[in-house]
Amino acid sequence: MAAEHQIDIHHVATLARLALTEEESVHYGSQLAGILNYIDTLTRYDLGEVEPTAHAMPVYDVLRADVATPGFTQEEALSNAPKRFADQIQIPKVIE
Amino acid sequence: MLASSSISTLRRQLVAGEITSRDIVLDLAAAAESRNSDLGAYLSWDVESALAEADKADLSRPLGGIPIAIKDNINVTGQPCTCGSKILSENYRSPYDASAIRSLRVGGAIPFGRLNMDEFAMGSSTENSALGVTRNPRDLERVPGGSSGGSAAAVAGNLAVAALGSDTGGSIRQPAALCGCVGMKPTYGRVSRFGLVAFASSLDQIGPVTKTVGDAALLLNHLCGHDPRDSTSLKVDVPDFTASLGRDIKGLRIGLPKEYDISGIHTGVSARTKAAIAQLESLGAIVEEISLPHTELGVATYYVLAPAEASANLARFDGVRYGHRSAAAGDLMEHYQLSREEGFGPEVKRRILLGTYVLSSGYYDAYYIRAQKARTLIRNDFTEAFKKVDVIVSPTSPTPAHKLGELKDNPLAAYLEDVFTIPVNLAGLPGISLPCGDVEVDGKALPVGLQIIGKALDEATVLQVAHAYEQARG
Repeated sequence: MAAEHQIDIHHVATLARLALTEEESVHYGSQLAGILNYIDTLTRYDLGEVEPTAHAMPVYDVLRADVATPGFTQEEALSNAPKRFADQIQIPKVIE
Repeated sequence: MLASSSISTLRRQLVAGEITSRDIVLDLAAAAESRNSDLGAYLSWDVESALAEADKADLSRPLGGIPIAIKDNINVTGQPCTCGSKILSENYRSPYDASAIRSLRVGGAIPFGRLNMDEFAMGSSTENSALGVTRNPRDLERVPGGSSGGSAAAVAGNLAVAALGSDTGGSIRQPAALCGCVGMKPTYGRVSRFGLVAFASSLDQIGPVTKTVGDAALLLNHLCGHDPRDSTSLKVDVPDFTASLGRDIKGLRIGLPKEYDISGIHTGVSARTKAAIAQLESLGAIVEEISLPHTELGVATYYVLAPAEASANLARFDGVRYGHRSAAAGDLMEHYQLSREEGFGPEVKRRILLGTYVLSSGYYDAYYIRAQKARTLIRNDFTEAFKKVDVIVSPTSPTPAHKLGELKDNPLAAYLEDVFTIPVNLAGLPGISLPCGDVEVDGKALPVGLQIIGKALDEATVLQVAHAYEQARG
């Protein structure tokens, strides 16, 4: 049954932004197939007419007053940045 | 040793002037210094900041002067918050307090120490921590459970008076059961998740790990309440949870789900659970069989929804604003991919991949929507059952603590350990685990946990039954 799940693990890893090693790709690919095989338990039930549940205790349309409140200072917001330059977070160049 | 006392005992001694808050902090620090190398419950602790707070503790408040140990995924200003992960272990310091921490501080408590956990709370043994091994205080060759393994090992091993944990699929209740202490997951929405590092947002809930049911009630009094900074936080009244303690349980209806009588349940666990049920019956409770017909869908549903939510939540760890950044990256894509590849451990990668897959184009309806529909059936099962009974009782975990490494290369077998705790998160209900005796395994007495599940927002009845049992058992 596990063979039913052919996962393009490289595609999934790219979507997940993970640079898996070749060894990891093989390993996770086969483990995921096994887990999905188990998850197929869900296909044994007719769920066609059932409403989906996103939250067990749903709360809708939570709004707050449009009033400014104190937040982090610039220093606090930048305090964990791996790389800083002139009070900004520095990242690799994105525009040629 | 003060660390072996309950909150309520220490509070009496503090108020009577027999001890000071400083004494408790120093006692905890000494205990951690001498025994944490064996147990590995704490990842770090900061004695100076705790002493500074202890010296100005307001003893007139209900938790005044009591140090509470904190799972390392709940933010406390100025302290690390590693989530058991390399990706946050380098130099992250929390710039703010989680709302649960604020609430504890308002009560007079003092955050003390950072407790080990499965990386990003993904696991049931704490073996998925990238930062160290935590051992079961009853048998150092065995796991403490997880993901709040540090919380349970610290409380049961008397390295902490009480602790906070988080519970997404059993992560408070299961380690409490395996280590022999009390752990409670409140109703979803009772406790603000603001400042708890998100794993699966529709399931995560903060709760107490304590030595007694009374202490759990006391901490819940402070943790619960509406918080505008968590949009899932419920605007409902918070009763005094200590008020229901001591009430008898005569005539109270207890349901035993027939579907929970699974193969694979340890005979000792089964025997201890049955003895506990008999004890509840002798206290006047009416025990009856109930049915939760979709129980077998629980684990499969959870392992679609939780990884799906995790894959989205953990997208924030991109090496830009905080956390590990790869030194090897050239362009931005490489920067993301390598920072995450280097920072995350195997179980986190496995779940991110699984979550990404079930949400990806072509699979979303087949897995994610289908699991959300199954969640409805599981929730409806409980709604129907609670028309007949006041609480539902089961083992917390089908087995006592495993040996370290026993389930290492079998993630699915490890997932199936959560069969009794997961449905409670999916339905958003409150649940507690408390000790109900030991089983002898390889010459060691290992604790067994009894799970009591309540109706949504009815923590009071759960605590009432738990307390009655705890008192009767002695």
